[in-house]
Amino acid sequence: MAAVLRIPTVLRPAMGGESVIAVEGSTVGEVLLKLTTTYPAIKGQLLNEDGTLHRFLNVYVNDDDVRYLGGVEASVTNNDEITLLPAVAGGVW
Amino acid sequence: MPRYESVLELIGNTPVVDVSALSPKPNVAILAKLEGRNPAGSVKDRVALSLIEAAEQDGRLIPGRSGQTLIEPSSGNTGIALAMVCRLRGYHLKVVLPTNVSPERRQLLLAFGAEIIDSPGSEGSNGAVRLAQSLSEANPEWVFLYQYANPANPLVHYQTTGPEILADVPEITHFVAGLGTSGTLMGVGKYLKEHRPEVQIWAVEPPSGEMVDGLRSLDDGYVPPIFTDNDGEHLLDRKVIVRPRESIEWTRRLTEVGLFVGLSSGAAMAGAVKCALTIDDTDAATIVTIIADDGWKYLSTGAWSDDIDDVVERAKATIYF
Repeated sequence: MAAVLRIPTVLRPAMGGESVIAVEGSTVGEVLLKLTTTYPAIKGQLLNEDGTLHRFLNVYVNDDDVRYLGGVEASVTNNDEITLLPAVAGGVW
Repeated sequence: MPRYESVLELIGNTPVVDVSALSPKPNVAILAKLEGRNPAGSVKDRVALSLIEAAEQDGRLIPGRSGQTLIEPSSGNTGIALAMVCRLRGYHLKVVLPTNVSPERRQLLLAFGAEIIDSPGSEGSNGAVRLAQSLSEANPEWVFLYQYANPANPLVHYQTTGPEILADVPEITHFVAGLGTSGTLMGVGKYLKEHRPEVQIWAVEPPSGEMVDGLRSLDDGYVPPIFTDNDGEHLLDRKVIVRPRESIEWTRRLTEVGLFVGLSSGAAMAGAVKCALTIDDTDAATIVTIIADDGWKYLSTGAWSDDIDDVVERAKATIYF
């Protein structure tokens, strides 16, 4: 399944400078694991040793945070847009 | 009309207005709680008073004693609300403010007598938090209320905002609000889950991580201690991103129902609409969302008058949320 992955500025240097790439996988966990194989430098930035999401990484499938959709088990289908964003402090709220 | 001894008595008990005319589904009502009606203009009036009263109760602040200084990181509304309360109580407030907030926020802080300490705009609110932490460590005599970690923040929403919502909208099925410090969502969410466990709690987030280019690695990230302390991951049912364009579009759409609101409220409304779209046509639902502040502080952004593409571009470099 091909989905589109949007890469945040902070991870781009370790991922060939790309901002958007095509990715394969039927779950978020599969997609992230494949990424860490292609870009070993980001391994500790995406997943913990136990395969769960890094504390300061938010992953969205079509703008929905996957932590509330089953975490790394959340499904990914063709043409989904996956966005990786660092967790940062909010503002006015 | 009742007569009030202090403007602080005007905090809270904000009105709820039906904005279902903007709902994408006839079976889903959307109600907006107008926090801009608080005296310093935002939902943060509740938090500011709660933080200061808690510090007075535990002795960190002593009302009437001269020479007491507070420091707080804020992108605007908390600083403005604290500045108003500090002015009334006689405390000196230093606000650590990213350089890229709208100019109206700086002016309001100055109007209420606060001192502004600039933090790098490229580091966003993260940078303001870090700078306030280091200044607080270097100046232990300053009182650091730290809204991101202070239990008095969610507590006031548990004690006031939540009960107000349930009293005014007993048929509520979904609560949708912006996620910043997470105080509103944790406090209201906990109250609603205790009294109506079936109510769904939705968080709306601006994709600010995309714009914070001062981040060196993911390990510079930040999750508000309040969120962790209240087990936010289990309290929330859903969290969605709302993009700058959607926020501005819905800020504009809210004028169709007579509401002139801040851009984060446009984002919250966009989140409420996303929530409505997930509800089956055969189910009735009532969504309550929070309008955090009014539009006055955002006039310089051109959000209502300029070409939307220009406003979206500017929004990428300015903290409106």
